[in-house]
Amino acid sequence: MVLVLQSVDKIVRREVHLKDVQLEFAPGSRHVILGRTLAGKTSLLRIMAGLDRPSCGRILVDDRDVTGVTVRKRSVAMVYQQFINYPSLTVFDNIASPLKLAGLSKSEIDRRVRETAAILHIDNLLDRLPAELSGGQQQRTAIARALVKETQLLLLDEPLVNLDYKLREELRTELQQIFERRSAVVVYTTTEPAEALMLGGNIVVMDEGRILQAGPTPEVYRHPATMRVAEIFSDPPINFIKGRVHDKQAQLGEAIRLPLNGHMAQLSSGPYIFGVRCNHLFLKSTSPNDVAVQVMVELCEINGSETFIHIDYENTRLVVQDDGVHQLKIGRGITVYVNPCHFFVYDPEGKLVTSPDQTCYTGT
Amino acid sequence: MACIDMREVAHSYLPKTQKLEQYALKRIHMTWKDGGAYALLGPSGCGKTTMLNLISGLLKPSQGQVLYNGSDVTGLPPEKRNIAQVFQFPVLYDTMSVAENLAFPLRNRAVPPDRIRQRVAEVADMLDLTPVLHRKAAGLSADAKQKISLGRGLVRSDVAAILFDEPLTVIDPHLKWQLRRKLKEIQERFHTTMIYVTHDQVEAMTFAEQIVVMYEGEVVQVGTPEELFEKPGHKFVGYFIGSPGMNFLPCRVRGNVAEVDGVAVRLDDRTADLAAKARGTLELGIRPMYLEVNLEAVEGALPADVKTVEDQGSCKIVTLSLGGHILRARLPEEQRPPHQKAWLRFPPEWTRLFADGRLVG
Repeated sequence: MVLVLQSVDKIVRREVHLKDVQLEFAPGSRHVILGRTLAGKTSLLRIMAGLDRPSCGRILVDDRDVTGVTVRKRSVAMVYQQFINYPSLTVFDNIASPLKLAGLSKSEIDRRVRETAAILHIDNLLDRLPAELSGGQQQRTAIARALVKETQLLLLDEPLVNLDYKLREELRTELQQIFERRSAVVVYTTTEPAEALMLGGNIVVMDEGRILQAGPTPEVYRHPATMRVAEIFSDPPINFIKGRVHDKQAQLGEAIRLPLNGHMAQLSSGPYIFGVRCNHLFLKSTSPNDVAVQVMVELCEINGSETFIHIDYENTRLVVQDDGVHQLKIGRGITVYVNPCHFFVYDPEGKLVTSPDQTCYTGT
Repeated sequence: MACIDMREVAHSYLPKTQKLEQYALKRIHMTWKDGGAYALLGPSGCGKTTMLNLISGLLKPSQGQVLYNGSDVTGLPPEKRNIAQVFQFPVLYDTMSVAENLAFPLRNRAVPPDRIRQRVAEVADMLDLTPVLHRKAAGLSADAKQKISLGRGLVRSDVAAILFDEPLTVIDPHLKWQLRRKLKEIQERFHTTMIYVTHDQVEAMTFAEQIVVMYEGEVVQVGTPEELFEKPGHKFVGYFIGSPGMNFLPCRVRGNVAEVDGVAVRLDDRTADLAAKARGTLELGIRPMYLEVNLEAVEGALPADVKTVEDQGSCKIVTLSLGGHILRARLPEEQRPPHQKAWLRFPPEWTRLFADGRLVG
């Protein structure tokens, strides 16, 4: 199916939950909605499901207006953040419930429940009650119930947020494989950039009820259209330094001066904000084009394989993410290196002026 | 501040426990040093919250003793142990102002008003709470509330230890960074003993000097982030720390060569020596970031099939199949990923050997 949202607004007691949402979901496509808490992700899913009606705008399924059609009459399944199951029903009956409502035969129900349970590795737990399951198993049950219906639209609202870190990693990999075998439109919300990147497909970046940017996930990651998108789509947070272009060079703060080469060649004079992700600042020079910057260490966080070094550059706080373990004393002066090809350049309104070329990532 | 000793501490939630498996915590013997920054890391159900509750006194152990600076506190409730706790969800007096919340632990201990005012101002300043000091706690954001919970521990200059139980669960990712940074700054300045329970490896590793990894009621390894990453003492640590976790391949060792389903992986001399003495099921372990992926055949490299390549922004994850086993490799952003076929090398300095799940070298 093709799902289209046309100029959708949702206003609740004069508070804007969604504003001017325009989206089109192609058959079999996968989308991640990325945004911080209260960005409007859940409001959007509820409208797509038919649980809520938009204040303005229309919802079209295969060119048919379904704006007023209730959730019961739509082909949709939804998985929530909290593990929602029927507490008095066994895992089998929980998964079977949508099929029973649809009036399928007993043998067909049995076949499909067992098949779906096997995909989610809970086929050995079918006789248990939800209270006898771990959190991960409860959420697997809820996901199985959503999958068993084979709906055309599958919505998942931060489904892994309440699970263990490692369990999340496992389920995420499995879910990707499950989605690939389905023809349904899948929409998945998250607050975490890393999760969005792992799931791949397309991304919709939301903030304060509005859509900031949409497109293929790696494309949006490498060309965030505004500073806000870059912030939402970077973890650790992206570094920004104020600067300006004059006399055929870029000056970031006082000390950093960059030649206007490559993607920055066409910059005209004036004020800009320069952004660089933490993994593109290094403690050692990695390229002859690198620029050296004197900074002061504020804090070192070691994460096994890498170190996050919080530094101060002319009263701007920056973070360096470097491979390996580095113990650096707080207050110590150090040199960090950056290749100018890695800078995103934004205008004073926060709109992207230029972003790193592909060649910058492939090292050619 | 205190040094906390746990002597042969075991705990079961069942009234009569016969079997070892029934213990939520199985005979823990360890010391939490005064002024240390510790993380207790493990999956849900591993016993980490039980451990924390035994330290705080919310639980009395079925067996063993808990000592604070050498004196036995096993039977004492939390309020007698002078412990501060920060929970998953902020626990505050909503109708009181931030200042009153911070002052509360001191009022309870009849500290003179001048001294209270001074301490509250100091702690508020440290936590960047000064601008909201006179606002009601109810209207504040989740991260501000967690800072107040922490502040209530810090106002007491004599607090034995501050215990954290998944304190960042309700905080947005970008604010987690700020809060973690604050916590670390405070730890480095005041050297308060802090024990931090989490299932998130990044939180544990960035906060702690020493990480205590728990699995099924046991402490499987205590070490610095670097030790856990590079020399996991147990397969579970290899799997749990790092994303994706360590790759494991069942093998047989002959001299300097480990054989994995008929393909040979060279070992360094030290590992080969240890392997000759090891008993039990042998497995090779290598971190995804250390697995060398070549686009064409090079000397000593093993051919593998490429299953998938995932672009994760700052790196790429390649899933490969080698002799029927699945392996993951993590490539830097600028490295070109392989198509269909790749040639793998296991650098001997990063290749570990495990016998019955325990590290041999």
